[in-house]
Order: sequence, then structure tokens, then C-alpha cells
Amino acid sequence: MLKWFKLRTLSAIAFALSVGLGGMASTDARAESVLKVIPHADLKNLDPIWTTAYITRNHGYMIYDTLFAMDESFTPQPQMVEDWTTSEDGLTWTFNLRAGLKWHDGADVTAADCVASLERWGKRDGMGQQLFGAIESLTAEDADTIVMKLSEPFGLVLESIGKISSNVPFMMPARVAATDAFEQIDDYTGSGPFVFQKDEWVPGSTVVYTKFDDYVPRAEPASAASGGKIAKVDKVIWTYFPDQTTAMNALMAGEIDFFEQPSNDLMPILDANPDVTAEINDPLGNIGFSRFNHLLPPFDDVDVRRAAIMAMKQEDYLAGAFGDQKFWKTCYSVFPCGTPLTNDVGSDLMRTGDIEAAKAALAATSYDGTPVVIMQPTDIPALSAFSLITAEKLRDIGMTVEVQAMDWSTLTSRRALRDPVADGGWNIFHTWWIGADVIDPMAIAFSGNPDAGWFGWPTDAELETARTAFAKASTLDEKQKLGAKVQERLWAIGASGQLGQFFTPVAYRNNVEGLIKSPVQFFWNMSVE
Amino acid sequence: MYLYILKRVLSTIPVVVIVVLFVFLMLRLAPGDPAAVIAGDYATAEDVERIREQLGLNDAIPVQMYRWIAQLGSGDLGTAIFSKLPVTTLIGQRLEPTLLLSLTTIVFTVLIAVPLGTLAAYKAGSWIDRFVMLFSVAGFSVPVFVLGYILIYVLAMQLQILPVQGYKSPFEHGFWVFLRHMVLPTMTLSVIYIALIARMTRASVQEILQEDYVRTARAKGQREFKILMRHALRNAAVPIVTVIGLGIALMIGGVVVTESVYNIPGLGRLVLDAVLARDYPVIQGLILFFSFVYILINLLIDLSYTFFDPRIRY
Repeated sequence: MLKWFKLRTLSAIAFALSVGLGGMASTDARAESVLKVIPHADLKNLDPIWTTAYITRNHGYMIYDTLFAMDESFTPQPQMVEDWTTSEDGLTWTFNLRAGLKWHDGADVTAADCVASLERWGKRDGMGQQLFGAIESLTAEDADTIVMKLSEPFGLVLESIGKISSNVPFMMPARVAATDAFEQIDDYTGSGPFVFQKDEWVPGSTVVYTKFDDYVPRAEPASAASGGKIAKVDKVIWTYFPDQTTAMNALMAGEIDFFEQPSNDLMPILDANPDVTAEINDPLGNIGFSRFNHLLPPFDDVDVRRAAIMAMKQEDYLAGAFGDQKFWKTCYSVFPCGTPLTNDVGSDLMRTGDIEAAKAALAATSYDGTPVVIMQPTDIPALSAFSLITAEKLRDIGMTVEVQAMDWSTLTSRRALRDPVADGGWNIFHTWWIGADVIDPMAIAFSGNPDAGWFGWPTDAELETARTAFAKASTLDEKQKLGAKVQERLWAIGASGQLGQFFTPVAYRNNVEGLIKSPVQFFWNMSVE
Repeated sequence: MYLYILKRVLSTIPVVVIVVLFVFLMLRLAPGDPAAVIAGDYATAEDVERIREQLGLNDAIPVQMYRWIAQLGSGDLGTAIFSKLPVTTLIGQRLEPTLLLSLTTIVFTVLIAVPLGTLAAYKAGSWIDRFVMLFSVAGFSVPVFVLGYILIYVLAMQLQILPVQGYKSPFEHGFWVFLRHMVLPTMTLSVIYIALIARMTRASVQEILQEDYVRTARAKGQREFKILMRHALRNAAVPIVTVIGLGIALMIGGVVVTESVYNIPGLGRLVLDAVLARDYPVIQGLILFFSFVYILINLLIDLSYTFFDPRIRY
């Protein structure tokens, strides 16, 4: 009896150990290289043409490719295109695809796929709509050749089809691109360096990508979105962390390799950790905006808008929201400082930053004490800070202000309303654009057409004329002159307050190599030692 | 007994209907909707309006409600607006972590809290009793996330004996890997429940120890340990089991802070994400699911009384 008991007990212990050790062994054995990433947001949906969300854009870059792509000097470079020609009159563009391009299901990438993809993208993207407004025909001449015929000169053909940020003109198989542009795709076949593993996707938690072995990278070194996209790891796992402190701890403990957007207040801890590098990887940063509703009083009066802008001192916003000055700088151009169109025209208004001057300017307007409603998104710390700082400044210059706290989701619904404040409308909200999205006048943030523009709905025919002319300009000199004109008009009409340029760091383990400097985070070229 | 169960199940139907309709209406009446979130930050007002139309959000609320009820009638909890995955799939993905976290927490809690509370009652007025009461107050007072951060800092970052975060399924990674990842979240979550159940146990047992039959048992020379186990604890079990059951029910839907701190992809986070994104089908489906869970747990608690107290019969 005792012998049986001992045997049974020993067997049970052996079994338990084997299960446990087997389990431990199965997690410790790494036959493949894996890059574990904390992305800046949860990947909620998977169609980068259907939504402008940056996380979906980043997902797009993992699994899709583009005809052209921006390099680190923001010059479009051929990506899927081998070479291209332009007719003498600039109206006929012929693009030849690189050899060996394949979809993840093994089929060849064809010109017809690319035409269908561009057409779908052109229905949703602002720049795409501008381009297609100038296109007479877009056809696949043969399996590898795309021919674009313009009805009028358009100076941003390559800049449009090579744009770096939302909506990026990703190439999809024609059957997928045939999906209505206002419906989501449900087939995620791409031709990019990684393959999306849909069965392993846990929305709100995990996204898994595996290396696409048949991807043919370009020979050039990687430069921002362009160049050779070499997948140096077998697998990339995105794990969304809702808690920044835990994310930081996971990185420092080695459970994660890359943290895309640690919040600035964690930087002193990350900087002090010998196993982690924390740095700014995006040369353009982000531009803060204080957006007026031009349709409702008091900001339906241009002089009131300009007076409000005079009170907005960029240093106060940037220090208040981001603290350490190494994460921000003042910038008085509407275009990110350090880019080809940066200029000073009309920017004295924004440089004022003086309460007394703004108070005097407001007193000279027709402002009658109408309350200003500022929507404050309390779940986004930087924008919450911007809202409170603006409220204080407007009160200081004599305005009546009401700050309404809400979450970002409520704000995005409410800002679409053109109704009076009493019926749910608004006067001011704050946001930011990544620098790459406002690098030229074509950004929707700079629109002066209230019927097709962005929330706030400024109206200025001169502004629109300058933007339209920019789309047709072909030389840098022309573009810079028109860029200055656009800026002049934006300041003249007090379109928005510009709150300065701020930079979000990345953090990664020291055994991670190959990080590409870019306003968009890419994961090809990266390896884990 | 079976008739009792049937009556209980039938009586919950109107409760579930009221809960579901209430949540449906509250979602539609609250500010914000998924269209703006879907469109993305840089869409136009026209884009947002187009999406609202596509999602049927411009339809009258009774129309939307009828559509959803008809869908429920065919056993379909709906499809998530953002991910386009069935709500049942999303629940299925997230159920295991929450369930196992709740299970490990409640087992750990009961193993600690019941003996602690019993001891405190037995030694009422002593330093043991005062310590248990102090712990109980502290357990309620310290926020879960603060405790979580402290445990991570000490045990994961400094001593490096446990992982910082994450969930590993025992079916994929083995029991011990699962357990290693569960230790910290279990400890964090259980503190408040230990505080609650220890206090409840102490009060119940203390009351029972004043009863005549306990005095009789002592007079007849019964050992103290047996008095505690057979007479006191058993008779005090009904309210304790009630609180344990309510704790399990609360954990199923309410561990979002622990899941966030430890990066566990459970139902709590799913609810929070769905609410922030206004993913109506997911929120509605989850509320319905939680309603059924609460009903089931309450029913099991009531049925368990018959085990502890033979006087209770249905």
C-alpha cells in the first residue's frame, strides 16, 4: 500500500514538473527572432484608406508597399516603381513596376492592382482628390506599366502618390481595392515586408506580423519611408499597453524591446537606465493647434480671432504641456520649422504672446462678452493642458470662457457640429498634427474652403487660390513663394493659433539596432541582438 | 430544487431585458458616437456624417433598438464596429484571462481571508484582532494601481523574481509560466477582497461564537478547533459565501485597473476600450453577457446555501 502510494505520489510530482518545465521550456526556446513593440495606440481597424488613424497607417506600412515613398529629406523616391518617364508637357506620366513584386498570397503584383489601389485612395485622401481632379485617365498599359494622363499640369504627382502619412496610397490587390472606399476591406493581403497574422490579432492587445520571405527589397539603404525595406526579424509583435508606467517597466525589465511613445515625464527614469536608449526619432515633431470655430460668435470676427492669437505665447503652452525644453521648440511658421517651406511671413501675430497687447486688440473689436466654449479632452494630457492654458489667457484679455470637460471621443463627435453652442456647438478645441501632415499647403488643416475643409471652417478665397496654384507649381522657388502666400493668408484670417513644435521620444533596449529616423515609425531594418 | 432553479431563471428575464434596454438607451443618449472615432482625427465633418449614415446612427432610436433586438433573437450579439469581429469572438478572446485571474484571486483570497477572519473572531480584542482590522482598513484604502506599482517595483524590477506584466495561457505555455504571471496581479487584486471577506468572516464568526450551542459544545469538552470548524464557521458560512460570490461577479467585469496595470487582455479592458471608442455592439453585448454571469453566480450562491445549512431547502 505504502509502495503504491509512493509510486503514485512520485508519478504525480513527475507529471507536474514535466508540465511546468515543459511549459517553461516552450517559452524559453526561441528559434526565431522577435521584435516586441509597444505601439502608440491600439490597432482598432485595419483599413488605412478607410480611416486616417495613425496606428492603422503604421499597420499599413508593415504589410503594404507604395509606388513612391518619402526619404529623410522629404523627397519622393521610387519604391515599387523601377523607373518612370514624363512627357515634355508634363501631362503624361509612365511608371514601370520593379520585377519580382509579389502579394502575400504568391500572386504577382500588376499595374492593374496599382491602378485600382490609387483610385480607391483618391476617393478618400485630400491630396488624392486634388490629384484625381487633374487626372484625365489612369490605366494599366500592361502587367507592369501604369500610365497617368493629366488634363492640366499638377506639380505634386510624386509628392501625392509618395505621401508619407494618412492616407498613404498603399497598394492592394485589385480585388481588395475594388471595395467601396467608404467600406472597410476584409482581406489584408499586401506586398509589404511583413504579413499580418489575422488569427493571432486580439483587438486591444496584440498584433502579430511575420516576415514575408518573398519580399524583394530595394538595393538602396533605408531612408525614412524609402529605400530597402529589409525585415531583419522573423516576427514583430505589437502589444498595446494601456498603462505607461507598466510599459516603461516592461521595457526596462527586457520583456519588451521598443516603446514607441513613452510619455515625457518617464524620460528621466528611462534616461537613467543603462540598458535602454531614449531619444527623439522624429525630426519634424508635432505642431500644436488651437482651432477656432469661424462660424459662431465671437470667433466669426477675424479681429477677435487675431486678438486671441496675440495672447497665445508658445513657450507657455509647450512648457505647460511637455515640461523639459529638450522636447519642444517655438516655431512661428505654419509649416514645421526645418522644412523647405518654413518662412516668417505674417508670423509677427503669433510671436506677440503679450497679454496687454492682446487685451488692447480685443478692446478695439466688437467682442460683447459672448462666452467662449473650449472643449477640454481630459483623457489626453497635452490637449487638456492646452485647453486650460488657452482658457486662462482668454480670461486675462477680458473674454468670458467656459471650459467643458469631456473625453476625446465626445470631442471628435462634437467638433463636427456646425450648430450654435446652445445646441451642442463649440468655439475652440485643441489638437496637434504630426509635422509630416502639415509640411505643405495641401494639408486639410490649411483649407480655406468651409464646404470641403477641416473643422473650424475658415473661409478665404485668396487662400484657396494660393493652395490651388501650389498644386500646379513645379519648382521649389515657386512652391516657396506660394507657401509664403498661404501662410500670410492663414495669419491674416487668424485661421488657428499655432502652439509650437514638440517632439515625442522613443525608447528601446540597447540590443535593438537599425532604427530609422522618420516622422513615422517603421519596423523594417530593425534587429534584436 | 429544479422548480426553484426554473423559477429563478424565469424571474431574471425581465431583469435582463430592463438592463439591456437601459444600456442601449444610455449609449445612444450619451455624447459622442463611434463615427468620429472611426473617421480619424483628420477627417472632415462630411466624412463623419457619411459614416454615421452607414452605421445607421441617424436612424430613430426605436428603429435601432428593433434592429438590435431582432439580431439578438437569432443569437447574434452583433459585430464590433471597429474590428469587424463578432462580439462573441471578442468575448471569447478575453474571457480566459479574466476568468482565471478571478479564480486565482478568489482561491487565494479565501485561503487567506477566512482563516484570518476566524482567528480574529476567536481572539477578539487581542492584537491579532486589531491587526486584522487594521489590515482590513488599509486594504480598502490603498488604491489597486498603487499597490500594483509597488509590487512590480519590488518583486519584478528590484528583486527580479517575477515578470512585470502580461498573461500567459496555461494551455499554451504551461501551468508554471501561467502561475508566475498571475502572482502579482492576484496579490494586487486580492488585497481588497481579503480585507472585505476577513472582516465579514470575523463579524459572522464572532456572532456565532456567542450562541448557546457553542457554549454547550464547550461545556461538553469539545476541542476549540472543532468548535470553530464544525459549529462556528459552518454556521457563519452563508453570509461569507454571499460576499465571496458577489466578489467573483464583480471581478468578472470590474478588474479593469488590475488588467491595465498588468497588461492582461481581459474583459475589463475590453469594456473600457469599447466605451471610449463608443463601439456600441461590443458594449451592449458585454453588458448582456455580464448580466447572465451575475445571474448565474447569484443562482449558484443560493444553491450552495443548502450545502452549508441543511435547514435551507428549495
